[in-house]
Amino acid sequence: MSQPLIDLKNITKSFDGTVVLDDLNLAVAENTFVTLLGPSGCGKTTTLRIIGGFETADQGQVIFDGEDISKLPPNKRQLNTVFQKYALFSHMNIAENIAFGLKIKGKSKSYIQDKIKYALKLVNLDGYENRSVSSLSGGQQQRIAIARAIVNEPRVLLLDEPLGALDLKLRQDMQYELIRLKNELGITFIYVTHDQEEALTMSDTIVVMNQGYIQQMGTPEQIYNEPENAFVADFIGESNIVPGIMIRDELVEIFGARFACVDKGFGNNKPVDVVIRPEDIDLVDPSAGTLTGVCTHLIFKGVHYEMEVTTPDGFEWLVHSTDLCPVGQEVGIHVDPFDIQIMNKPASEDEEAVGINE
Amino acid sequence: MSKKILAAPYLLWMAGFIIIPLALIVYYGLTDKNGAFTIANVASIGTPEHVKALWLSLWLSLVSTAICLVLAYPLAMILRNRGIGRGSFIVFIFILPMWMNFLLRTMAWQTLLEKNGVINGILSLLHLPTQSLINTAGAIILGMVYNFLPFMVLPIYNVLCKIDDDTINAARDLGANSVQTLLRIWFPLSVPGVISGITMVFVPALTTFVISNLLGGSKILLIGNVIEQEFTRGSNWHLGSGLSLVLMVFILISMAVIAKYDKNGEGSAF
Amino acid sequence: MSRLRRFLKRTWQDFYLVLIMIFLYAPIATMMVLSFNSSKSRTQWGGFTLRWYTDMFASRNIMAALHNTLLIALLSALISTIIGVAACIAINSMKTVPRAIVMGITNIPMLNADIVTGISLMLAFIAFGISLGFQTILIAHITFNIPYVILSVMPKLKQTSRSTYEAAMDLGAGPVYAFFKVVFPDILPGVLSGFLLAFTMSLDDFIITHFTKGAGINTLSTLIYSEVRRGIRPSMYALSTVIFLTVLALLIFTNFVPRRKSEK
Repeated sequence: MSQPLIDLKNITKSFDGTVVLDDLNLAVAENTFVTLLGPSGCGKTTTLRIIGGFETADQGQVIFDGEDISKLPPNKRQLNTVFQKYALFSHMNIAENIAFGLKIKGKSKSYIQDKIKYALKLVNLDGYENRSVSSLSGGQQQRIAIARAIVNEPRVLLLDEPLGALDLKLRQDMQYELIRLKNELGITFIYVTHDQEEALTMSDTIVVMNQGYIQQMGTPEQIYNEPENAFVADFIGESNIVPGIMIRDELVEIFGARFACVDKGFGNNKPVDVVIRPEDIDLVDPSAGTLTGVCTHLIFKGVHYEMEVTTPDGFEWLVHSTDLCPVGQEVGIHVDPFDIQIMNKPASEDEEAVGINE
Repeated sequence: MSKKILAAPYLLWMAGFIIIPLALIVYYGLTDKNGAFTIANVASIGTPEHVKALWLSLWLSLVSTAICLVLAYPLAMILRNRGIGRGSFIVFIFILPMWMNFLLRTMAWQTLLEKNGVINGILSLLHLPTQSLINTAGAIILGMVYNFLPFMVLPIYNVLCKIDDDTINAARDLGANSVQTLLRIWFPLSVPGVISGITMVFVPALTTFVISNLLGGSKILLIGNVIEQEFTRGSNWHLGSGLSLVLMVFILISMAVIAKYDKNGEGSAF
Repeated sequence: MSRLRRFLKRTWQDFYLVLIMIFLYAPIATMMVLSFNSSKSRTQWGGFTLRWYTDMFASRNIMAALHNTLLIALLSALISTIIGVAACIAINSMKTVPRAIVMGITNIPMLNADIVTGISLMLAFIAFGISLGFQTILIAHITFNIPYVILSVMPKLKQTSRSTYEAAMDLGAGPVYAFFKVVFPDILPGVLSGFLLAFTMSLDDFIITHFTKGAGINTLSTLIYSEVRRGIRPSMYALSTVIFLTVLALLIFTNFVPRRKSEK
């Protein structure tokens, strides 16, 4: 990778004695869509605010394009923010809101006019120049907040849960809108959310955070298919996390049954955690199953059925399938080798702390 | 529907003790002792003595309003940014002095300002020339600022508290420095509180007769003193009412300004 | 921003806050000191005494004025709270236009000059044939207190959702029962602060009382005003000190004790 555009080095931040970020390192490449994903209180918003300059890290540096900007106030940073509740200026109309940053920079009137027109077109709100902020819906206000930020031609756009206040349908529309904007503008987006689906849909890179640590960083596919620990597996999508024993390379034993897999290098007869996504479990005839169990729960979800299959050891397997298995019926469980994801057990207390809390 | 009946005592009360009394002032102000219509009472504001009192009142109240604003705005800013107690504590600090009687509080300034008073005592300790402070226009302004400062601080503080931190952050984010943020975001968004504060200081300052009585000696007459004397000593209620009507013009202007700039009652003090 | 600059800014702000506090409380401190001054002069310290405190209790007209002041403050705050809360409920269910008119009238006594309110009430009492005395002071105080109650209660009432009231009705409560069990607890903080504000305003009022009191009756304010020319008895300082410290103690108690409870 060439020199990253933003490089956070050893960032530590605490509020009132509570450590929110602990020695965090994160590099963001130019022209990527990076999502900071995690439950509330994981430090994702604090990270964003440190990049934006609204918080100062207790320790560590923020490097922007090779320069240390840790001590620069927000108004001197070449990046712009879209705030959670939009933070539009209610005493100005839409055009004045968008023009704010440009006027501060002393741009010419005609330049500003052109930019307003361009930005409104970009967010599909042409002709809204003279409307008041309060006359706009939540989704429209959000677009204006984005327009207000991008007219300043920032190299990085920071977005703090910008879709959080919108309803489902609008949120989905805005997701596509944001992807389109990013591609048209060719700038870096750093996006904060707690919504895993949003993160999977939009990102080039996802950074999963919990309790001030980065749990895993990778493409959406990597995060979803190859979670590195139980927290990531549990937080991204639904999954069955079961204890297993790695008999040898490419063979794992779960509840006494042996499954072929594709993972190597965990050693022989080592305890591991095994992640199997509900949609990767095939329900087969009991005689053909690696494990057998009884269906104890069945809900129709539209796209598929959601079932719970209880195996004799008492574990309830979550299964998503278009095949129906009535409650009470015995059924076999089969999993293809490449659908099994092996993870190391947490080795120390420290790693345990980054696991699931609930 | 039955809920509307609950407003009846209030509406009757307001009609009987607000609307009718104000109508009576208009009636008295526009009639002479025999009940005949006249504008002489109102026109008497034009006599040199009254013009002088009115000008002095306007001047002193404008100056003290300006001083209150200059003192209160940074104060409200500091209190808001420190997030002190969010509401109750700050109201507490500014309401508390009201429990010490208004007259006594003002009288206490006599003690502080007098020729042999506390302030001059401190000055002479420091070998500085003593000042004549009491019975001056300056003493009246001080009394006004002292008594009415809370009415400027509270509405501004309340309106500043309603401004979201992220609105300020957004301005900074878009490149505005502290001064630009102050001028383009803080000031315009706090206009309702400022306007409400200005009227809440200006109106009582313009019409006071007590502060001028206590701190200005008997030489300085404000329009409030003139009206008060018409009612308590001169007994020309028609003249007093006529002059009150003149005052009410200023009050009505203030109300109109409030209605224009503070439509949602955002700038209310309490 | 560098640490030094932030430190300087904070220090400067603290300095400013302290100056304002001195400005607000210096006269009050002065009065408290004078209440222990054995010299009658306001500018000379003649030694420590508690004489003014014993004098105060012995003085019949101070005690009568105190009695009137407290009674009027209490009654006017109570009555204006009842009328005000009832009015709020009704106003809240009004349509936009009548509501705006009523709220406009409510603002009149708050924005109007005290001297005009006082004079207008005096003219009205005389026109109605009500003799000036205790009852006229009380009516006048209720009049200027109601708006404070309404302005305190109204925002709280707007915050309470209609649905809780409707839910109570749905569960079989009558309107009155539903109000007192469901809505009233929600608006209680507003009602209490309205009451307290009304009580304070009544206690501190001089101008309106001055015009509506008639002869032969005094509140503390009017008694003090009548003594201004002759020189104020130090017992007045003593009395004010007692009132001030009582209120301070009460407010500290009510402000800090329940907070701990609600933080559970």
